[in-house]
Amino acid sequence: MRTTRFVVPAAAGVLAVAGLAGCGGGDDSDAKADGPIAVKATDSACEVGATEIVAGQVTFKVTNSGSKVNEFYVYAAGDRVMGEVENIAPGLSRELRVELPAGTYETACKPGMSGRGIRGALKVSGTAATVAPDAALGQATASYQRYVQSQTAALLTKTEEFVAAVKANDVARAKDLYPVARTYWERIEPVAESFGDLDPKIDGREEVVEEGMPFTGFHRIEKDLWTTGDVSKDGAIADQLLVDVKAIVAKANAEKLTPLQLANGAKALLDEVASGKITGEEERYSHTDLWDFNANLEGSKAAIAALRPALEQRSPDLVKQLDTEFANVEAMLGKHRAGDGWKLHTQLSKTELKELSDSINALAEPISKVAAVVAR
Amino acid sequence: MSEPNTDETTRGTGVSRRRAITLAGAGVAGVAGVAVGAGALLGGGDQASATETAAGAVPFHGEHQAGITTPAQDRLHFVAFDVITKDRARLVALLQEWTAAAARMTAGKDAGLIGAVGGVPEAPPDDTGEALGLPPSQLTITVGFGPTLFRDAQGRDRFGIADKRPAALADLPHFAGDALKPELSGGDICVQACANDPQVAVHAIRNLARIGMGVVSVRWSQLGFGRTSSTSRGQATPRNLFGFKDGTANLKAEDADLLREQLWAQPGDGPAWMAGGSYLVTRKIRMLIETWDRSPLAEQEMIVGRTKGSGAPLGKRAEFDEPDFAVKGDDGELVIAETAHVRLAHPDQNDGARLLRRGYNFVDGSDGLGRLDAGLFFIAYQRDPRKQFVPIQTRLARNDAMNEYLRHMSSGLFACPPGVRDAGDWWGRALFS
Repeated sequence: MRTTRFVVPAAAGVLAVAGLAGCGGGDDSDAKADGPIAVKATDSACEVGATEIVAGQVTFKVTNSGSKVNEFYVYAAGDRVMGEVENIAPGLSRELRVELPAGTYETACKPGMSGRGIRGALKVSGTAATVAPDAALGQATASYQRYVQSQTAALLTKTEEFVAAVKANDVARAKDLYPVARTYWERIEPVAESFGDLDPKIDGREEVVEEGMPFTGFHRIEKDLWTTGDVSKDGAIADQLLVDVKAIVAKANAEKLTPLQLANGAKALLDEVASGKITGEEERYSHTDLWDFNANLEGSKAAIAALRPALEQRSPDLVKQLDTEFANVEAMLGKHRAGDGWKLHTQLSKTELKELSDSINALAEPISKVAAVVAR
Repeated sequence: MSEPNTDETTRGTGVSRRRAITLAGAGVAGVAGVAVGAGALLGGGDQASATETAAGAVPFHGEHQAGITTPAQDRLHFVAFDVITKDRARLVALLQEWTAAAARMTAGKDAGLIGAVGGVPEAPPDDTGEALGLPPSQLTITVGFGPTLFRDAQGRDRFGIADKRPAALADLPHFAGDALKPELSGGDICVQACANDPQVAVHAIRNLARIGMGVVSVRWSQLGFGRTSSTSRGQATPRNLFGFKDGTANLKAEDADLLREQLWAQPGDGPAWMAGGSYLVTRKIRMLIETWDRSPLAEQEMIVGRTKGSGAPLGKRAEFDEPDFAVKGDDGELVIAETAHVRLAHPDQNDGARLLRRGYNFVDGSDGLGRLDAGLFFIAYQRDPRKQFVPIQTRLARNDAMNEYLRHMSSGLFACPPGVRDAGDWWGRALFS
């Protein structure tokens, strides 16, 4: 939950994208790879059937034979997500179709859906046209849209599971699912929040609910789960949450953010961390703020990654600085892992929180310079 | 980190606050070096700044850092930073960037080259803007390096400068009665911003803190008002929150020989980089205001050793009369008691050791029990704390009758390097080169 909205300057239209390259799907390239590449994912390994392939449309078939829920990613430099599948339950297979120009990539399985994952190199050869600066910016919108779509799919699935657990009065399961479902929300929060009426219904905190408006959504259920431990009367609230999430998912999937909006979104996500998560305000009952912290950080990184080809052409020094500072925050936050999740906010000392705050400030200052680089 | 812009002629690309004033018709009053402040008659000191008006600019470059013998301004914002990077090059780049920003701000300009309103709409401004339209207000920005910058708590040489730590920068001992809060004490780098307008002082610290994000982190900071010492004979002696004149016997800008002997680190004292610098001790001293206010006038004067009205030493007529520590009253008792503050702190009682004090009052609201959270933010500069602050404070901590009304909450010790010589120089250059 945040109070400021996405800034959409009138001039942003100039940057809006026409004729996107690399949108994925449909383009019947000569360099198309033959058949899906098998990926065997377990809790400790990630075997990718081919690591040197030809540019074009590529399909991965990911089979999870481990015991944890898994994810599979293809990353370009700077962890720019070229494609990903989320939420692959144990025993299931999912396909990932992705358009890959020639270049060097990394594949990653994330058993337990956490951390950097189990990485492997992926070399794609073939014809690689150098991307013109404006085209590089143009790709950012499509690249981030892919990210949003993957996140909203998982948000919907996890919200469904959470709602089912609440309605079944399964408090333990609902508590486990709560921070997981919110992870997908928090990663794309600036997008979701651009739909002003739905955001407070889904993510409103008790004190921001206006007079006469009911306190609903994630945080209402959070309060009941962690204070009274009684959600037997929350069925209608849970149903409404799912309705609202479905509505926002449909809207978010259709949304095309301009590069300038992406730059501001990357910053907005860090502002979220600095103002709501460091202080423990967001998750005041569950204290799962570090889950949100991590999700905001990942979301910010995804937005920057989408802009990366353009930023590398326009301001390589800034990219270096961002890489350094992202790595620093990740290292600081990494100290507070607990299993596949995170320590509670209340388990961190004041010194540890200040350390995190410093690292976010260190990252947010260079990120605040991205918008001007994108706009020039 | 960008290189500091050292070309004086290109600095005015942002809005110059001083120029804005002039354009607005404020006339010559806002222009440095023109107006002469009333009463600022100098006895030949090297600080031309004493001739500025309260709104004017104090020269940033010079042999010594400004903000030490500069006539004490009315307002303070003091900050201590922890250095959070391990990268020496980043720290050096920050010191360079800070120096350039300080040179601009003390001249009444924006912190950055672009300024608060001169940039593209998509970028955050490189100045925060709250000082737009305000004159330089005699802003001085003074920097110091704490012991922990040289070696951390584990004794590690953090930035390859451990062998340059001056012996005089020895950790202060525990003094009797100290109730120090570690989170309000120490720090790797301090910045003292003094100005005649509180908004100008806060603007300076805020912008330096912002520039430093990722390299330094604010450890603690303190606002102060109403200077409690005069550092020039042109200034009247002000009063502290006990209601007494404070700093009558202070080192003053005009005492050239004494300043050499007592204030500035001399060549040969220690590492060469500190020659022309000075050592700074800060103490946040809470005053128990309410109990003090209930004590009788005679007791207050006995505790201080001076009269409350004129500030004269007990038994004398005028403020600047020398106290007589031997004279006894009709009752056979010492007129200035053994435990009087003025006796214990006086140079005659401390082998001639003196301090240049330029502390400020503080009121941080109230404390939840209905009492003012108030006192003195003590600031003292000196040539060697081991020979000056430490012995003086040792005596005070043991015997000062005033201790009943004081609590020392925070302590800081910093080596303030000599002045930035010119546009190519920067804070700490000799230390890091």
